[in-house]
Amino acid sequence: MNIDNEKKLQVSAIKDGTVIDRIPPLSLFKVIEILGLDHTGNQITFGTNLDSKHLGKKAIIKIADSFFEDEDINRIALFAPDAKFNIIKNYEVIEKRQVAIPEHISGIAKCFNPKCITNHQNVKTRFTTKKGKEGISLVCHYCEKITQTKNLQIISKS
Amino acid sequence: MPKSLISIHDLSKEEIVHILDLAAQFEQSPSPALLNDKVIATIFFEPSTRTRLSFETAGNRLGARVIGFSDVGNTSVTKGESLKDTIKMVSHYADLIVIRHPLEGSARWASEVSSVPVVNAGDGANQHPSQTLLDLYSIRKTQQHLDNLQLTMVGDLKYGRTVHSLLQAMSLFNAHFTFVAPPELVLPTEYKHFLHQKNLDFIESCDLLPHIPKSDILYMTRVQAERFPDPIEYEKVKNSYSLTAFMLQQCKPNMKILHPLPRVNEIADDVDNTPQAYYFDQARNGVYTRMAIITYLLDQTK
Repeated sequence: MNIDNEKKLQVSAIKDGTVIDRIPPLSLFKVIEILGLDHTGNQITFGTNLDSKHLGKKAIIKIADSFFEDEDINRIALFAPDAKFNIIKNYEVIEKRQVAIPEHISGIAKCFNPKCITNHQNVKTRFTTKKGKEGISLVCHYCEKITQTKNLQIISKS
Repeated sequence: MPKSLISIHDLSKEEIVHILDLAAQFEQSPSPALLNDKVIATIFFEPSTRTRLSFETAGNRLGARVIGFSDVGNTSVTKGESLKDTIKMVSHYADLIVIRHPLEGSARWASEVSSVPVVNAGDGANQHPSQTLLDLYSIRKTQQHLDNLQLTMVGDLKYGRTVHSLLQAMSLFNAHFTFVAPPELVLPTEYKHFLHQKNLDFIESCDLLPHIPKSDILYMTRVQAERFPDPIEYEKVKNSYSLTAFMLQQCKPNMKILHPLPRVNEIADDVDNTPQAYYFDQARNGVYTRMAIITYLLDQTK
C-alpha cells in the first residue's frame, strides 16, 4: 500500500463537503467549538495527531454537506493560522481556501480583562488583531487591554 | 454617531493643539455665555469630587445648565438598569454627557449607544483624556511649546493611567522621557514597545535626584501603599520618591512640577512655595481645558 492510500484511510473520505486541514492538534476542539460543529446535525469525522510535513502533527476535520463563508473561515485564524479549507464536490477537491487573520474580530473571543465592560453587561466584544513575537494578540475596542492567544476564551457560535 | 472624547487616541495632533488653543482663549475670558441653550449631564457611577466639580464648573462658566448624579446610590442603577438604558435615557435629556464609571470600556460603550457627545471622565484604570489634555495644556503654558521636551515621570508608572496617557500624547511631540520608579512599579513593557516603535529614546532609573537638573517637566504621581504586597517594601521606597525643596537646587529655571493630585507624601510642603511648584495651577487649567473639550464636541455636532 502506498503512502497516499495509507493517508486516506486514516480518516474516511466524504462525497460533498469541507475538509479542514493543517489544524494544530491542540487547537482541534477550539476549532470545533468556534465553528459550532458540536451542535450541527451533519456527519463529521475528525482525526488528530496525524503526521504532517508542515506542522509535525496535525488534526483534520471532515464535515459532510457543509460549506463555510470566508467570515467563518477567518474565525479560526487565531488558533489555526495555517489551516486550509478544501471544498469537496463528488469526492474531488474543487477549491482550496487559506485562512487569513482578520484585522477586526467581533463576538468570537472574550476579553481577558475582568474589569472590562464586555464581561459585565450585554456588550458584544470587539477587537483589533495585532501580530507580535508571541503570536497574535487582541486589543479590546472597549477597555484597550491586550488579550494574548494563550489566554483566549471562545464565545461559541450559537 | 456624534463626536465623543473617550480616549486620548481619538484625537489627532492637530485636534489636540486646537483644543489647547481653545482652552487658552477661555483662560483669557473665563465666562463666555456660549452655551445658554444647552444642558450638560454629569453622570458619575463612582465618586470623584475633583473631576466632577471641574466639569460642572466648566459647564456653568459656559452658561449651560448642569444635571446629573454623583454616585449610584439613589438611581435606577441599583434596580439593575443596564448602562445602555441609562445612557439612552440621559441622551434624550441632555446635549452632552460626561461619564465616570468603574468598568473599563464603559465610556466607549456609552458613546456607541448615545445620541449626543460623550466625554469620558475616567473608566476604571483605562482612560481619562481630559486629565491628559489639561496636563498638556499645563506643559505648553509653562514651556511655551510642546516639542522636544525633557519629561521625567516619577512614582507609580505601572498602574498610573495618567502617566500612560500622557506619554502616549507627548510621543506626538517628540518628547525625551525619563522614567523613575521603584522596581515593583516600573513602566509596563507594552508602553516601552510603543516608544520603541515611535523611535523615541527613554531612560529608566530607580533614582530621582540625578535626573532633576536636565528635566523641563517633573511629573510626580502617588505611590500607593496598597500596590505593595508587603508593607515593609512600601516603607522602604515611599520616601525615596518624595520631592523636597532641597532637591531642586540644580534644576533648570523653566522646570515645573506637575502632579495629578491628590498628593500624599511624594511632594513635601516646602516645595509648594518654590517657583517650580505648578500642581495647583494645573488643577485650575483643568476648568479651561474642559470648557474647550465641551465646546469642541458640541461644535462638531452642530
